[in-house]
Amino acid sequence: MPSIVKPVVTHPSLERNDLGLNLRAYEGAMSTLCAGCGHDSVTAAIIKAAWELSLDPHMIGKFSGIGCSSKTPTYFVSGAHGFNSAHGRMPAIATGAGAANRSLVAIGISGDGDSLSIGIGQMAHAVRRNLNIVYVIENNGVYGLTKGQFSASADLGSKSKKGEANRVSPIDPVLLGLSLGATFVARSFSGDKEQLVPILKAAIKHKGLALIDVISPCVTFNDHEGSTKSYLYTRKHDYHVTDAEVIIPADEIIANISVNGHTAVTMHDGTVIRFTNTPEDYDPRDRAKVFAYIQEHQREGKVPTGLLFIDETPGDMHDVLGTIDTPLTQVPYETLCPGSETLASLMEEFR
Amino acid sequence: MTRINDFAMKLANVNGTGSASANGLLMQTIFRMGIPVAGKNLFPSNIQGLPTWYEIRVSKDGYGARALDYDLMVAMDAQTYGRDVHEVRGSTNGAPGGYVLFDSTWPLHDDLHRNDVTFLGVPLAKMCNEYFSEPRTRILLKNIMYSGTLAALLNLDMEIVGELIKESYGKKQALLDSNRKALELGFEFAKKNFDCPLPFYCEKMDENGDKILIDGNTATALGAIYAGATVAAWYPITPATSVMDAFKAFADRYRVDPVTKKNNFAFLQAEDELAAIGMVIGASWAGARSFTSTAGPGISLMNELIGLAYYAEIPAVIFDIQRTGPSTGMPTRTQQSDIMECAYASHGDTKHIVLFPSSPAECFEFAVQSFDLAEQFQTPVFMLSDLDIGMNDWVVPRLRWDDNYKPNRGRVLTSEELDHIKTYFRYSPEDENHVAARTLPGINAKGAFFTRGSGHNRLGGYTETPSEYQEVMDRLLLKHKASAKYVPSPVIERKPGATIGIISLGGCDPACREAIDILESQGVPANYMRVRGFPFSREVEQFIAEQDVCYVVEQNRDGQLRSLLVLETHVPKEKLLSILVYGGFPLSAKSVVEGLLHKHVKESVPEFGNEILIEE
Repeated sequence: MPSIVKPVVTHPSLERNDLGLNLRAYEGAMSTLCAGCGHDSVTAAIIKAAWELSLDPHMIGKFSGIGCSSKTPTYFVSGAHGFNSAHGRMPAIATGAGAANRSLVAIGISGDGDSLSIGIGQMAHAVRRNLNIVYVIENNGVYGLTKGQFSASADLGSKSKKGEANRVSPIDPVLLGLSLGATFVARSFSGDKEQLVPILKAAIKHKGLALIDVISPCVTFNDHEGSTKSYLYTRKHDYHVTDAEVIIPADEIIANISVNGHTAVTMHDGTVIRFTNTPEDYDPRDRAKVFAYIQEHQREGKVPTGLLFIDETPGDMHDVLGTIDTPLTQVPYETLCPGSETLASLMEEFR
Repeated sequence: MTRINDFAMKLANVNGTGSASANGLLMQTIFRMGIPVAGKNLFPSNIQGLPTWYEIRVSKDGYGARALDYDLMVAMDAQTYGRDVHEVRGSTNGAPGGYVLFDSTWPLHDDLHRNDVTFLGVPLAKMCNEYFSEPRTRILLKNIMYSGTLAALLNLDMEIVGELIKESYGKKQALLDSNRKALELGFEFAKKNFDCPLPFYCEKMDENGDKILIDGNTATALGAIYAGATVAAWYPITPATSVMDAFKAFADRYRVDPVTKKNNFAFLQAEDELAAIGMVIGASWAGARSFTSTAGPGISLMNELIGLAYYAEIPAVIFDIQRTGPSTGMPTRTQQSDIMECAYASHGDTKHIVLFPSSPAECFEFAVQSFDLAEQFQTPVFMLSDLDIGMNDWVVPRLRWDDNYKPNRGRVLTSEELDHIKTYFRYSPEDENHVAARTLPGINAKGAFFTRGSGHNRLGGYTETPSEYQEVMDRLLLKHKASAKYVPSPVIERKPGATIGIISLGGCDPACREAIDILESQGVPANYMRVRGFPFSREVEQFIAEQDVCYVVEQNRDGQLRSLLVLETHVPKEKLLSILVYGGFPLSAKSVVEGLLHKHVKESVPEFGNEILIEE
């Protein structure tokens, strides 16, 4: 449905953020996904998170690979540059863009096929580099555009639409991310905006790669009985491990809100993530414990969700590279070129 | 009959034993003596233990191709004694044959003796064991010791040799002392036991005042530094790795902010070539000058995203240091076999800009030009170097820089320009070269667009409509054609009375030039055209039209340059005959001359087809 132009409907009463923009300013083109697709809810959550954080639309960079999920960057923040790249190659494209211009707020949208099969290598290495990006995997366990093959995240025993059971062990992006050293790992459900929006906001504020596995059901090919990625199944098994809120330093409330005995993590820009609900003995900063907790609860058939793990201490890719604070794209050529005299003296070393 | 500054020698060694430092020492000494010299490293894909050769050709006339006719063999590898001794020039027409320098610590097997060459035995291992105690030192210093012997035999300037030793080891007194001692022992032994110098030797000249000794990969890296490249992404691969090693070393030197001590560059070692090219494309999309260096296997992997960059019109600079294919092939041997792969890289209809440097000097120049062309035409640009150019030290004019150079960033809209236009569309309107203006992220929301490798129309919107799709594809073809005027023009040299032409490219240049001189002396004058860029300019077609017949000299099996000429010009293919040398070693003039004369006689004899294959 690409020819349909989305009508711009605004109303003076629409609330404006710090930039004076209303929610509509963060929307994109009309979705061409199936009605009821989980991905559209993720899109809506991203729009809300970006609006609430008053992100400057043109400072956002949207990145994706190929697949249903990868179409979605067209559907949010039309004032941002987007790059719909090749299947499984989003991490590399985003790495290059991030290396060139570190001031962009990078939002990468991928899927389970894009990131757990064809692009698993690139995803793993983007995690290792701690590229500063919000890395969303819209996870539905199935290939939609090619009509219903199992993806690498399909659970053992989960049934395809034709009734065939998956017999290949799944790759879990959360456990994978934790084992690769991801500095921010979360899982949510496209149908749970209350949980997803704060996670996205925290992810945007995180300096490094924020891996968010969002169970986002495919209404056409994987929403039937026997599927473990359906709306019904996910609702039934969703298990909130944590709830968190994001407190921006500029917010007036910060002075009034104390940590109240809850775990709180302060981000690089002073933003505070306050965990309002965590199980006893659960520390979202303890990688090994989080890993064990998730594994244990998944074994029980639960789908553990929430901001599961966060570590603000390691530097991001630029810290490791030792790059200057100014985006490389803004360094004038005169600074970059050593000039003729330097070359002349360098030539003496080749004599 | 003495020959001054006109001979060739070959050093046969076991790799991993420190022979490279001796090779470099000899090369640099001759270079500093002001004599034209060329060195070719024929090395194995191995860390330690396999045969490795180094050839040095000293040529007062400036011929830098391989000689294939060795006056002196330094035979230090027992594994290859037999063939090494066999390669030495025998006596011809009463002229004495060449020489073999060997380690006489152990007797040479009778089978290895030849009557027409002179054997010079030096008890290298014995002397090393006598004077040096540490086992590793003994092995390493053997090389320096025979360098001393060679200095005496070839009349090398010992003062220069001493200087070089000092430059290398000056900071470590013990090392300096032992190197000096080894050098002296080798030198004195020769003076005492042999007639020095040999009938061929060196004498100072003044040909190198304005020259340097540099390899193409170092020059390429310098080009990237001077072009203002800030994002380098790569995956280690022979023979391209030293491009990035050099880039990093230069960047650490010239690109660190003096105040913050932070880097004005990002150096990304990718997980594979798929990612390396992705990073380059992402960085270029964001507005940085970015590049990768790789070899054939890497280009194979990069094909996917090269198509994306071509179709979405994103600049990308790819330095391909060609090696022997297909598959893993011979990683440490040279070839020119990625021509077709690069010209048409990726699925679907794609055509790329390809530059063919012939020396480290052109690597520097073309590296800079690659960035200008990539941004001007918003497309991938390949610079096809090869192992011979990239990893061997060549004598070339000093690299110079014009401070008036301004990078050609192509059509990129500023925030102000965007404010003044009504609506921005990515692929429209186009200029006279069929290039539309691009915008960069983080500049102005009005310039925002969605980059896609899927079907798009001239406005940048998604399309599946035939006419809209075709309109963009047709413009891309016109854009590629328009770039022909901007790629480096061919170098053409005409000989009086010549009706035939030699066409070549890249590292074949020294051999072709020498061959043309030899052919002329034999009464077969030939015109010469060295192609330097693709798409081909009108001059290329014109040159071929002027010749009765052209011999296309290249280092691959399938005549890839010839194929490209047949496909992309209107010349009749019967006019183009191939001379192909592709065994993996750099080209010699001998192969070109023999190939051409052979073909000139057999011309158009059907069973020979269009090719002649020379084995070196």
